[in-house]
Formats: sequence, C-alpha cells, structure tokens
Amino acid sequence: MTHDRNIAIDWALKTYIALALAFIFAPIAASFVFSFNIDRFPSLPLGGFSTVWYEAVANDPLVFEGLLNTLIVGVLVSALSTVLGFGAAYTDFRYSFFGKTVYVALAMLPPTIPVVILGLAMLAFLSNISLSGAIHSVIIAHVVMCAPFAMAITRLRLSQMDPSLEAAAWNLGASEWMAMRHVIIPFCKPAIFASLMITMAVSFDEFAVSWFVSGLNETLPVKVLGFLQGQVSPRINVIGTFVFVASITLVILAQMLIVKRSNAPSAATNGASSA
Amino acid sequence: MRKSITLYGMAFSVPLLLWQLVFFLTPLVFLVALSFWTVRNFRMEPAFVFSNWSHVLSRGVFWDAYVRTLLLSASTAIITSAIAFPCAYAIAFKLSEQARRWIVFLMVLPFFTSYLVRIYSWQIFLSDNGIFNALFAKIGLGPYGMLNSVFGQMVGYLTLSLPLVILLQLFSLVFVDRNLIEAAHNLRCGRLRTVFEVIIPAGKVGLVVAALFCFILTFGDFVSPLYLGGGDPPTLSILITDTTKSGQQWPRAAVIALAMIATLLAVAFAAVRIAYRERGR
Repeated sequence: MTHDRNIAIDWALKTYIALALAFIFAPIAASFVFSFNIDRFPSLPLGGFSTVWYEAVANDPLVFEGLLNTLIVGVLVSALSTVLGFGAAYTDFRYSFFGKTVYVALAMLPPTIPVVILGLAMLAFLSNISLSGAIHSVIIAHVVMCAPFAMAITRLRLSQMDPSLEAAAWNLGASEWMAMRHVIIPFCKPAIFASLMITMAVSFDEFAVSWFVSGLNETLPVKVLGFLQGQVSPRINVIGTFVFVASITLVILAQMLIVKRSNAPSAATNGASSA
Repeated sequence: MRKSITLYGMAFSVPLLLWQLVFFLTPLVFLVALSFWTVRNFRMEPAFVFSNWSHVLSRGVFWDAYVRTLLLSASTAIITSAIAFPCAYAIAFKLSEQARRWIVFLMVLPFFTSYLVRIYSWQIFLSDNGIFNALFAKIGLGPYGMLNSVFGQMVGYLTLSLPLVILLQLFSLVFVDRNLIEAAHNLRCGRLRTVFEVIIPAGKVGLVVAALFCFILTFGDFVSPLYLGGGDPPTLSILITDTTKSGQQWPRAAVIALAMIATLLAVAFAAVRIAYRERGR
C-alpha cells in the first residue's frame, strides 16, 4: 500500500520536472517554430513554412553590422577574460597572501551586481574618461562581466590538480615559467578552451550593459532590444534562433572539453611528457 | 601556500586585479560622486550638492516604484523558490545519476539563449490573440488579458530565475546527508515531515541563497517589466534606463542606482543572517 503510494508520488514528481522543463523551453521552442512561420503576426494555427524572415535578416545591413560588432567583441572579450581569469585562478590555487579573500571576492563579484547598475556606472565612468560610446567600451564592460566565469572554470580544473606536480617540475630543474608552460597550461587546456567558449557565449547574449555603453556601435542583442521597442517582427525569432544555435554550439563544445577531463584524468601527465 | 608572492606570481594576479579595480570598482564608487554632481545645459559638472538626492527622494514616483519593485522581487523570490523546490527535490532524490546530469545540462542551456528573445516569445503566448488565448478559446474560455499585467511580468521573472533557482537548490539538496533521511524514515517520519523537518533545514543555506539570487535578478531586470508588464507603473530599473537614456539626468539615475545597491546589501545581509541562524529547538 505505502509502496504504491510512493510510486504514484514519484511519478507525480517526475511529471513536475517535465512541466518545469516545458515552461523553461516553451519560449525557446516557440521562437524557433515561429521563425519559420510565414505570417507576420504570430498566431495559431501556424501559417505556412517559410524562410522569408531568414532572408530578410540576411539582407539587412543593420543586422550584419550588429553581427560583426558582436563577433569582434565576443572574440576579443573571450581571449582577454580567459587570460585574466586564468591568472586569477592560478593565484587563488597557488598563493596565500594577506587580503586574498578580498582579491577573490573582487574577482567574483561582478555577476551579482544588477546589469542596469553596472551599465549606468560604466557609462558614467567611461564617458568621464572619454572611453564610452565605442566598441572598446563594450569590450571593457564585457570583460568585467566574463572574467569571473573564466576564473571559476579554470579554478575548478586546477582544484583537480595535484599541487605537488608543479613542485616536482621545479625539483627536476624547471623554472617557474617552464613549469607553467609544460605542466600547468597543458593540464588546464580543456578549461582554457571551455572558458573561451563560455565567455564568448556570455558576451554574445549580453545586451543591457552593451546598450548603455555602446553608443552607435550596437551589438546584435542591442539591435534586438531596438526591434522589441519597435514593431512586431518575426526577425527577432530568426536572430534569436541564430544566436541560440551559435551559443549552444559553443556551450556543447565547452561541455565536451569539460567531460573529456573526467574520462581522461591522465591528460595532464600526457601533456606534460609530450611537451 | 608556499612563499610570499614574487614577480612571477604578480604577473598572474595583478592583471585581473587592475582590470576589476579600474573598470568595476571605480565605476561603482564613481556613482557615489556622480550623485552629487550637477547638470547644466545637458552637461554634467563636478559639484557637491544634495539636490539630486532631495529631488529623487522627495518624489512619489520614486517611492511608488521602490515599494512596488521591492514587493514584486520579494514575492517572486518566494514564489519561484516554492515552484522550484519540488523540482530540485525530485531531481536530487528521484533520478539516477545519469538522468540528473542530463537535467542539469538542460537547466544550464537557457543561460545561453537570448533572454530578450525568450521574452519576445512569451509575448506570442500571452498576447490577446496569442497562443494561450487561442487554446482557451477552443474550450470556450477567455480571452484573458495576460500581457502588460503583473501576471505577465511574473512569467518573465520566472523565465529569468527559475533555472538558476532550481540549480542552486539542487546543489544544496544533493549534499544533504542521506543518513539523516534514512534515520528519519527509520524513526517512522513520513515523507512530507521528512521534507519539512530534515531536508529543508539541512539544505537551508542553499535554499536561502537561491532565493537571494532570484531577488537580485528580478530586482535589476528591466526587460520583463517593460515588455511583459507594460512598464507602467515603472520599476526602479525602468526608472534608471529612462533617466539615463532620455533624460540626460545621470546624477539622478545614480541616486536611484545607489538606493538599489543599499537595498540589495540590506537584503543580502538579512538573507545571510537567516541562512546561518542556528537551528532553534
């Protein structure tokens, strides 16, 4: 009797998970479906299948310009954030010094500040030192927001490393820099690539802070924000689907790199010996 | 760990420190200075006047928005936590290791889709002749005005925060000692009672932190209130974007931002106090 009841509750709970997932994915699925819908105004039943909105987007120079800005920003931001985040993760992994808690807190804090406040603060500050309204202002702001992610990913990887590995390299006569090049960096390679992908994906989707600081050099998400303020347009669905596919590809690549780690724990030693 | 930091160590630690000091902390501190500046002929000038503060704090619009935003974010944090908990509970205790990993992957995905597009997409569902009303019409109900309402706004907030809250709750529940649950069962503690008297207290820190993050996210969001809630009456975030982009009154926007930061700090402090309070009795 109790046993049956448990099964019923278990099924109810699993259905509940499915419902939560349905809620989370409903808007994503709808924007995918409606991006192929021929009608301008989204309604049920669906009109015909069509790629007109994809063509409209592809032929829109404004979208192209936004995409170019997004790509430039994304690539530079991911490279910079990963370098900065790696340094911070290594610092946290290896050193202890006075004020380290403050250092780590400062490094990890940006994602907890609401984006409107970050956006306003950066706009005001950057324009005061004549750095706002350009593409580099977006890059500066995005690195602030992305570096904590890069740091977290690399730190996670480093926590799986035996600290004596580096010491062993020193004992064998390697300088600190050589140990870094031949032991630490090879060991962190999956995390470095994962952090490049994740930070790029974060930058691809960020709109609020970019909207504040970008001036005329709008990224694609900022253009979407503009579309939202204007007329109903299935083009938003098209851009959303495109950005979704691009981001998901990056995330899955990152995920594969992270999973590879757990399957091949000897990767570090391989990397160290082959280098 | 070993020795004091050398030039080699500095090469790794200083770049991020400098970047976050210059481009993160300084801008936030600059907001404080900015809130005392003046605006003349659409140009900001350094000054030390309290007029921005008195102007913002004496207006009903600000206080209406303040109370409204605070209440909405607080209730969203509670509602989202309540909706998320059975889900996190089920994922933590009812699924296999492999299924759990898949669900976690699915819950992470939304962070990498455009939030703007998801909000736009909810408009398709919620508008007067949208998908939901079309379905309601089939069973002879409606139409219901769901867009530009508090309900719509809540749907947006839930879209923003539900995956994160589920994930944070899940991480705290996964680490609840299974022996405790086993012991409760052995002592003839019923399922619901186990949840309320063993699992929730044991995972309390994570549950409170999850609610806190939900509060922070919704408190600062201007997209859901604007495009699903209608934007009128405005929330604090909408006031900031409006004041910044159309009014040129950055010092006044800074006052609102500082009021928000003060509130967030107070709420975070209270949440941490609650999370780590000794379990009484």
